[in-house]
Amino acid sequence: MNIHNPLGGVELRALEIVRSLKDQEGPLLPILHALQEEFGHVPQSVLPLIGKELNLSRAEVHGVMTFYHDFRAEPAGRHVLKLCRAEACQSMGGEAFTESVRAALGIDWHETTPDGRVTLEPVYCLGLCSCAPAAMLDDELIGRADLAAVKAALAEAGQ
Amino acid sequence: MSLIHEIDYGTPASKSEKTVTLTIDGREITVPEGTSLMRASMEAGIQVPKLCATDMVDAFGSCRLCLVEIEGRNGTPASCTTPVAQGLVVHTQTERLKAIRKGVMELYISDHPLDCLTCAANGDCELQDMAGAVGLRDVRYGYEGDNHVKARDGVGETNARWMPKDESNPYFTYDPAKCIVCSRCVRACEEVQGTFALTIEGRGFDSRVSPGMHEDFLSSECVSCGACVQACPTATLTEKSVIEIGQPEHSAVTTCAYCGVGCSFKAEMRGEELVRMVPWKDGKANRGHSCVKGRFAWGYATHRDRILNPMIRESIDQPWREVSWEEALTYTAREFSRIQKQYGRDSVGGITSSRCTNEETYLVQKLIRAGFGNNNVDTCARVCHSPTGYGLGQTFGTSAGTQDFDSVEHTDVVIVIGANPTDGHPVFGSRLKKRLRQGAKLIVIDPRRIDLVDGPHVKADYHLPLRPGTNVAIVTALAHVIVTEGLYNEAFIRERCDWSEFQDWAEFVAEKRHSPEEIEKLSGVPADLIRGAARLYATGGNGAIYYGLGVTEHSQGSTTVMAIANLAMATGNIGRKGVGVNPLRGQNNVQGSCDMGSFPHELPGYRHISDDATRDVFEKLWGVKLNNEPGLRIPNMLDAAVEGTFKGIYIQGEDILQSDPDTHHVSAGLAAMECVVVQDLFLNETANYAHVFLPGSTFLEKDGTFTNAERRINRVRKVISPKNGYGDWEVTQELAKAMGLNWNYSHPSEIMAEIAATTPSFANVTYEMLDEKGSVQWPCNEKFPEGSPIMHVDGFVRGRGKFIRTEYVATDEKTGPRFPLLLTTGRILSQYNVGAQTRRTENTAWHAEDRLEIHPHDAENRGIREGDWVRLTSRAGDTSLRALITDRVAPGVVYTTFHHPDTQANVITTDFSDWATNCPEYKVTAVQVSPSNGPSEWQEDYSELSRRSRRIAGKMEAAE
Repeated sequence: MNIHNPLGGVELRALEIVRSLKDQEGPLLPILHALQEEFGHVPQSVLPLIGKELNLSRAEVHGVMTFYHDFRAEPAGRHVLKLCRAEACQSMGGEAFTESVRAALGIDWHETTPDGRVTLEPVYCLGLCSCAPAAMLDDELIGRADLAAVKAALAEAGQ
Repeated sequence: MSLIHEIDYGTPASKSEKTVTLTIDGREITVPEGTSLMRASMEAGIQVPKLCATDMVDAFGSCRLCLVEIEGRNGTPASCTTPVAQGLVVHTQTERLKAIRKGVMELYISDHPLDCLTCAANGDCELQDMAGAVGLRDVRYGYEGDNHVKARDGVGETNARWMPKDESNPYFTYDPAKCIVCSRCVRACEEVQGTFALTIEGRGFDSRVSPGMHEDFLSSECVSCGACVQACPTATLTEKSVIEIGQPEHSAVTTCAYCGVGCSFKAEMRGEELVRMVPWKDGKANRGHSCVKGRFAWGYATHRDRILNPMIRESIDQPWREVSWEEALTYTAREFSRIQKQYGRDSVGGITSSRCTNEETYLVQKLIRAGFGNNNVDTCARVCHSPTGYGLGQTFGTSAGTQDFDSVEHTDVVIVIGANPTDGHPVFGSRLKKRLRQGAKLIVIDPRRIDLVDGPHVKADYHLPLRPGTNVAIVTALAHVIVTEGLYNEAFIRERCDWSEFQDWAEFVAEKRHSPEEIEKLSGVPADLIRGAARLYATGGNGAIYYGLGVTEHSQGSTTVMAIANLAMATGNIGRKGVGVNPLRGQNNVQGSCDMGSFPHELPGYRHISDDATRDVFEKLWGVKLNNEPGLRIPNMLDAAVEGTFKGIYIQGEDILQSDPDTHHVSAGLAAMECVVVQDLFLNETANYAHVFLPGSTFLEKDGTFTNAERRINRVRKVISPKNGYGDWEVTQELAKAMGLNWNYSHPSEIMAEIAATTPSFANVTYEMLDEKGSVQWPCNEKFPEGSPIMHVDGFVRGRGKFIRTEYVATDEKTGPRFPLLLTTGRILSQYNVGAQTRRTENTAWHAEDRLEIHPHDAENRGIREGDWVRLTSRAGDTSLRALITDRVAPGVVYTTFHHPDTQANVITTDFSDWATNCPEYKVTAVQVSPSNGPSEWQEDYSELSRRSRRIAGKMEAAE
């Protein structure tokens, strides 16, 4: 970039992370993971900085970031609920299950409840096909999931 | 004449020398190992259906249309990604393949609009062709499902997948609704251009082509080279001119008239209307690539500012008067004759143009030598590459670069010094970047952090950010390391050069005062960087040096050129592929204009005017006696004008007021003359002081040849009748006739025949040969009948390569308390030279004004913020422009471009010049920068003068 812009706090912290990982082989994915870990999302203002540090264009970084649905450009709610929509879960009543959760939370895919508590994401296979339908709240898997199980898990997770 | 169709082989050619033989659809074919089945088929005349493959980029294998069956192998492999093998039996059309292809096309078309009749690509659409080729008749899936095509669904709901057209780029549109996501554009941007501005965002059905981070094209990193538009198989990326005009019906191959790379283009026409310029794959300089200028910025040819009628005026405070060609030419001839009678034969002269053809340049110098009877001829190369001519002439024996551009594909270590190829010579820049991505090493010697130093997939191994003006010191320090560490190539030197001269030079460079540690003190470049760079160049394999005006436009320009030549000879990097010394020429025909005898001391072919044998050749042919004394150079003409002994000048296609140093001095010289004749497309800045204006023609309106930086003679072909009535060569001929000379050339090919007959290095060049071979590199004569891609192969042209001592002498232009900063100048991608052409195109979207680059520290000290108006003052003058704060320049250095006449950067530059050739020292001026409120007094006065002097009687003033 030609124009001299002083960097903000987020960018400076991000730059520290990028520089600590850039010498790895294939550093871009580890960097995106680390940024998401740090900020809960990958701030878009950081992508050009990553490009500059790794000698990539910002388009390339954007291409990689958008390829992986797990990287988010905006912060999520305090909890992320993922519902599996892959074949095995669909065959075990997954559609009705996901429909019931969406209705109960009052939000659609990729949306966050107005109180900022839960973000709902579809996922295509959690590797838990034997216990389909499957869901995951934050890092906890839920097998044989139904609305009641999801509600219970949310209650346990708290605000 | 018809439209030139180039065969698309689908994948790039293999360079293997080993061949394999296989059978495709019953036909036996032999191709180089590594060729794809798709390409092998095409070479046998069998077209395998394809969408994602094109031979400008590597195979990708995503469209699944080019599948084939191979006997003895399972499945249906993609022919683009499957290499040939000995004895394969391949079938490209079977029932199974037909069914698969039809199914694939059905899926493509189910998410593509069906508006073929009104589509801009109608008649030039590969998707349409393939639908025809596979026999698609029906789309069983319908068009009602999820799609990217319709802005709204049937019940009026907006379709979130649909994206509107992006029309931000002035030259082409991006219509995502028509995109089939074959990624040809993305790969062209990466592999051909090397900008990496495009990507595919998302995945699966969400995949879309994205400029930058989902930006529009203009705000992305896109440099508008047009490679993506060329690669697009549909109407997704389309030239706006095609959308407006329609498909072209005939075309001719011609040569771009911008920089010294000399790219070959197909000018695609509808009648006499230019529809588009498309780079020609067989063009040996550009190999099918282009930049924003050649590809798109040709609108100036029909710009309303273009002057189409001759004009005269008795004095420059009068308005112009439009007159007939006859009156203008008679008036001019009478004035020159009057001035010569009154003030003497040497009181007139002329300037040839590096923008015009070889033939035109040859005629202008002939007019001056034979018609005016003196040698007062010079050319704009005086202000750019005259030190190259001198320096390489002294050391190697020819005034030209040693390589062809293809040579870069064999280079292992590249030194770029005083050049910014990605902006100044973009197509060469792309070819260089391609080689760098393959692993070649890069050393950049430049005060500024140019794009090559650090960018997507490019990183210089060494960047030596020297203080402007210390080139000689740095290059000599590189030589010091090579000599003192014993890294020189003794065998090469003993065989090709004079050993005792080498020893003398080696002794000189080995002196302690040339060591990196000493040079660090005056250049500001850390010694270890100099040592590292020298070792890399000397030991890294094929070493090539590319340089530009950052080398030549200094008081020691010629010395630096010789220092570079010394470096190449000492390391044996001369005379084969991948090495050499390569000046990157600024203008399209600066090489040619120098070749054609434009300098006051040289006849065509660099033969000194005092040489009796050479003069004799021309005297016999022209039937005149030639003066054996060199004439005046441009600065001398201006000096003489101010003194009152030089009164008339014929300037073809050069704007000396804007491009020559010390504008005040140039304007004083021009104002003192009695007859200034300007031949140009536009009323340029010099024309403010002119008495006669002869309208010029563009490169589209005449036949001729340009010679590019690699000595390649390329054909320029007429596709439009001259709007001003005459090609420039005809104007010069008519002027010669008005002066009583008996000239009767009916076509530029006859002028080339005269050049070939008189100039040994052009002896075998004819238009027939150029038509047949496309182009040829001089020398082209009995010894080199096919031309000379690489020079000095078996020995130097001058006999033995000459090592010359290069003593560093600091320029007289020094910083001090009043002028503490060093100004250096350059150019930017979208604009060209003084901008006369590019400012009259949509290229202004990228660079609407000249800006002053200044380091944050220097800006802060002066209270300057981004975008502020600043006053730039030197010993010569001052001007105002807006600041751009960046750490691309080092503290203590400021930088600007000179594309806009309002800025008049040359009001600032001094009259210091190269000791050998008078090439001005543009690249170093001591300046002060201070906050300012707006344009300076000179700028305002000058703007008023320009307005007044551009009045044409009987015409309304053009509203700016």
